[in-house]
Amino acid sequence: MSNTQQLEDFVTQVRRDIVRQVHKVNSGHPGGSLGCAEFISVLYQEVMDRKEGFDMDGKGEDLFFLSNGHISPVFYSVLARSGYFPVEELSTFRLIDSRLQGHPTTHEGLPGVRVASGSLGQGLSVAIGAANTKKLNGDNHLVYSLHGDGELQEGQNWEAIMYAAAKKVDNLIATVDRNHQQIDGCTDDVLPMGNLVQKFEAFGWDVLELENGNNISQVREALKEAKGRTGKGKPVAIIMTTEMGHGVDFMMGSHKWHGVAPNDEQLEKALAQNPETLGDY
Amino acid sequence: MKKYTNTGSKDTRSGFGDGLTELGKTNPNVVALCADLTGSLKMGDFEKNHPERFFQVGIAEANMMGIAAGMTIGGKIPFTGTFANFSTGRVYDQIRQSIAYSDKNVKICASHAGLTLGEDGATHQILEDIGLMKMLPGMTVINTCDYNQTKAATIAIAEHHGPVYLRFGRPKVANFTPEDQTFEIGKAVLLNEGKDVTIIATGHLVWEALQAAEQLEEKGISAEVINIHTIKPLDEAAILASVGKTGCVVTAEEHNFLGGLGESVARTLVLNQPAPQEFVATMDTFGESGTPEQLMEKYGLNAAAIVKASEKVIKRK
Ligand SMILES: Cc1ncc(C[n+]2csc(CCOP(=O)(O)OP(=O)(O)O)c2C)c(N)n1
Ligand SMILES: [Mg+2]
Repeated sequence: MSNTQQLEDFVTQVRRDIVRQVHKVNSGHPGGSLGCAEFISVLYQEVMDRKEGFDMDGKGEDLFFLSNGHISPVFYSVLARSGYFPVEELSTFRLIDSRLQGHPTTHEGLPGVRVASGSLGQGLSVAIGAANTKKLNGDNHLVYSLHGDGELQEGQNWEAIMYAAAKKVDNLIATVDRNHQQIDGCTDDVLPMGNLVQKFEAFGWDVLELENGNNISQVREALKEAKGRTGKGKPVAIIMTTEMGHGVDFMMGSHKWHGVAPNDEQLEKALAQNPETLGDY
Repeated sequence: MKKYTNTGSKDTRSGFGDGLTELGKTNPNVVALCADLTGSLKMGDFEKNHPERFFQVGIAEANMMGIAAGMTIGGKIPFTGTFANFSTGRVYDQIRQSIAYSDKNVKICASHAGLTLGEDGATHQILEDIGLMKMLPGMTVINTCDYNQTKAATIAIAEHHGPVYLRFGRPKVANFTPEDQTFEIGKAVLLNEGKDVTIIATGHLVWEALQAAEQLEEKGISAEVINIHTIKPLDEAAILASVGKTGCVVTAEEHNFLGGLGESVARTLVLNQPAPQEFVATMDTFGESGTPEQLMEKYGLNAAAIVKASEKVIKRK
């Protein structure tokens, strides 16, 4: 997909899918999902080199790991609309006997998911491992990962960040969703993390700043630039500023919508702001 | 059969939050730590009333456990708050070395335990935490059954010196134990006397055990019901006395049958007076998303499952 209008339509549909999924079961995480809609859509629709179908080993293709598993609604929507499973299955989100668990898992065999996430702070290590294996296999495809900013408070991330630079894992692009929000409030009120760009740099990463992760062209540019920087001896990080709840005016910019579902009236408002484009499931 | 009434369903985690609020007023040494789940753990009042004694550590549970261990040196009594998964499995070695082995007076308070966490799914539904915690020498392990009992337990553990794991849950459940109860760590509570089968339950399964006993009574079966809120140290005398009388036992818990209450009861019986036992527990499986009721039904953790297990175990006598 290269046409910007097409991609915008895709993202708008993903936003509808996100709010409809969480509304139906009155649970789930719309805020971070909406904020990452552009990023995950651009990644799957334009950037990643993907094979037809899905197999766990993913040899000969790019891989993506969602470390902040609570934003499963956006991940599921993009996976379904990129052909990994039927779009209708989005209606089973968080229901009993579903493959679409509250947080992504491999346990029920959902195509597109390669490791469970939800317990925060573990995805970067897994992505590094998969990147190591790509090198061992002589497979020069890339590994992408996404992390919440609050999630970076988990110490395991910093073990992984240190390792990836020390071991020159340069086939990895890790993106941080810098929305400055987490459950209990702003990251700066809960536990300030200082300058993340400088921190990653100090650990030996090549770091790019993405000023507006809710702008499709900026996301495209940043990913293109990041790709160009791989293979040069350093892991690549994108510190991506986004707005929690982006695209639904009353959800925007507040931690309050981290993990709360809209009621009927709020759903209608949210959908009116994101008109149907590719067809609802 | 003795009648128990639900005085209004409440979540056990609110019992914890209200107990902590009470402790804030009465015990100046109590401090609280939380890892970005203040609302979920109902610690907001304590934070508001005692900002100087509340420590928001961010999403960093391992660090929280270490800080809690350190705060005991000099006399503070730290209460840590996060989900049960992140209170145990996530931080096992920190608890093992810095808290249990070092005999630190930390109260590990764990919400959203078990399947009844619901829609978040298996990544968050720990069913192994009782096992993990009871295996640690010196650790006291408590799983309360309702709001009143959780509140009483929260207050009681502040007076007990030593590491404690206090396990409770997310959903609103029947509140039926007395509001003014004194919580005695390690003391079983006999809820109903019976002669045909002993039902030993913990946590959310205690109310289900009472429902089961009523249903059994209609079938002419007299069930003794024991609430084991403390899994370690276990009230072995109460168990042996009851099973000595009834000759068989059903254990019921929202936990894996490997490592849970049932295993502790089985060990007690095997060493003293072997008797047939049935386990109402999850059978070495992970959970999944769903509503609490659907999950308890699907994984066989409700009154109906206890009735079935009771009928089966009586036949094995
Ligand atoms: C190990 C662990 N601790 C706590 C949680 C509970 N939790 C889920 S999301 C979240 C906040 C995450 O913040 P951030 O990564 O910034 O994501 P955002 O809120 O921006 O979507 C927390 C504390 C968890 N899932 N895993
Ligand atoms: Mg965030």
